[in-house]
Amino acid sequence: MTDEPIDVLIIGAGASGAAIAWSLVETRMRIVCLEQGGNMNPLDYPSAGRDWEARTSSDFSISPNARNLPSDYPVNDNDSPIKVANFNAVGGSTILYAGQFPRFHPSDFRVRSLDDVADDWPIDFATLEPFYAQNDHMMGVAGLAGDPANPPRPSIDMPPLPLGKAGQAVAKGFNSLGWHWWPSDCAIATRPFDGRERCVNLGTCVSGCAQGAKASTDITYWPHARRRGVELRTHCRVREITVDDQGMASGVIYFDSNGREQALKAHVIVLACNGIGTPRILLNSKSTTFPDGLANSSGLVGKNLMFHPYAAVQGVFDEELDGYRGPHKGIQSQEFYETDPSRGFVRGYTFEYSRGLGPVGTAVTGLSRNRIRWGEDHHDSYRKLFSRITSLVALCEDLPEEHNRVTLDPDLTDSNGIPAPKISYTFSDNSLKMLEHAVARGTEVLKAAGATDTFSISPIDFSGWHLMGTARMGTDPARSVVNEWGRSHDVKNLFIVDGSIFVTSAGVNPTSTIQALSLYIADQMKQRLANLFD
Amino acid sequence: MNILQKSGHQFQQLSREETAILHAIAETVIPASHQYDLPSAGDAPIFSDILATSTKSRSELHTALSVLDDVAYQVAGTGFAALTVTSRLPVGETFRKNHPQQAMVLETLIVQCYYRDDRVMRSLGMEARAPFPKGFVVEQGDWSLLDPVRKRNAFYRPAP
Repeated sequence: MTDEPIDVLIIGAGASGAAIAWSLVETRMRIVCLEQGGNMNPLDYPSAGRDWEARTSSDFSISPNARNLPSDYPVNDNDSPIKVANFNAVGGSTILYAGQFPRFHPSDFRVRSLDDVADDWPIDFATLEPFYAQNDHMMGVAGLAGDPANPPRPSIDMPPLPLGKAGQAVAKGFNSLGWHWWPSDCAIATRPFDGRERCVNLGTCVSGCAQGAKASTDITYWPHARRRGVELRTHCRVREITVDDQGMASGVIYFDSNGREQALKAHVIVLACNGIGTPRILLNSKSTTFPDGLANSSGLVGKNLMFHPYAAVQGVFDEELDGYRGPHKGIQSQEFYETDPSRGFVRGYTFEYSRGLGPVGTAVTGLSRNRIRWGEDHHDSYRKLFSRITSLVALCEDLPEEHNRVTLDPDLTDSNGIPAPKISYTFSDNSLKMLEHAVARGTEVLKAAGATDTFSISPIDFSGWHLMGTARMGTDPARSVVNEWGRSHDVKNLFIVDGSIFVTSAGVNPTSTIQALSLYIADQMKQRLANLFD
Repeated sequence: MNILQKSGHQFQQLSREETAILHAIAETVIPASHQYDLPSAGDAPIFSDILATSTKSRSELHTALSVLDDVAYQVAGTGFAALTVTSRLPVGETFRKNHPQQAMVLETLIVQCYYRDDRVMRSLGMEARAPFPKGFVVEQGDWSLLDPVRKRNAFYRPAP
């Protein structure tokens, strides 16, 4: 063991940490990644057992507070109508995401210029486009070129996921209204890809893919990065980033797998801990030089938290659909994505269809919506729903507001005694109007598709998957935390590559953009190695 | 005061009284069906699964059973397990209406175990197995449905 600083220390082995580790390894620098979770064993995923649905509310819950595993830290989200969803392991939240993999639109980077709200990004779609392509190829994306709602692309690696009976029904609904739909880009292998098996329709994407068809970064980027020399240390939880007399980051203090406090020095530190975990570490890294937390001269660390407000409309059909079989995602609509002032709100949303429900999910949904009864009627009322429900989920763009924020809870700590994050969030009027619009339009689609009964949930509380905006990028140090290539304005050897740096949220799932940004920042670092700290 | 409070329950293991209430509510939510040749949720193997699974949410379960028994005393003047089968349903309706969170705790526990029973899965046309490794078949569907969308001009918004 040596006290010599390592070259690059990455905190977090999820979507963005994996991507930057892989990209930087070609520099031959010594790279170490600290991850608070462990390596996943796909055979431990719920889909390998008969209790696969029950485990989504226990050890594979999307809520860290419900899981309460040693790898998790608690999140006080009592002051937020949206509850945080995440996963802590090598692969991060890609272990539990659905694999929906859309890109931002060009307009998403220019919301101030186009709609006079929020701020423009300091980069544009064209800047990220080659990194979207590089990332798609590393993760393995299934889809179909030619979508009129998005800029053209030459090709996509794999054919789209099957429409199935449910997708076909919903597609007919969109067609009858003359509205857009298209096969979703999904990071799910529809044929063998880079050592991964093709999807066999387990229907359990959001509790881990035992087949290895879904692209979680533990089976995409990490095997490549580790083979080429990146050191990944698991069950290591960072408490704070330390600084030297010159105000540069000097390393971290972390707790190892035995709970022992350790110090690790580094020349460059990269934060890749998501929009909650990253501000948490920065706010916990107080010092004489940085009394308000590291990289926080703007006062914006933790502020402008964005989720994506979600609404769901479920339709019941007379004929049997796909039910529990098949990936959750498959098609989407961006008919209402771009701003149309006549709708009464700015920006827009994406409809994703959600294929169906398992037998337990059907029962829980039916009981909660009073479509399934207790007593003798139970069996008949259950069978009217089983394998006959499909859904549209609206993912609405959230705009940044400083009062939506992450702070440190004064009392709550994790198992290592590190102060836990506290979330304060309220819906904007714009978001509420958008949700209302989405429920009405989604109901129209499902009825046009032949649904005999519809019901909605809006907003969905356990939908805080997408954690963005809490260390935003920009060219003005007074109005942003990192510059246009991810480096902290205040600490010139500190980089952030996760969803924290988003300026706006767009109306799509963020993972592909998070990873494209991470690859872009890695590329900028490689181009500037000689004067990285200037 | 319901029977659980009277017995000075310490909210640890399920007591005999609680087990009886849980069995009664399981039978009430999902009774047996002659039409579909299905057992009730109180059937021995399924109820054993319910009891084993209940250890994961024991404190919530204690509360839910206690509240249900309270409602039974308020509505029918006796504990839930002592009610006749036909008189349990109106008590259950009151319980669901006034205590939806506690009702959801019990309903979720019961259906989680019922709908993974071999007999029930087969009755629904499912193979009695975990999804992995065999997986399932999903038909491709009719991709010609995309034809009208393909004819549409690009409509994403240009950015300055």
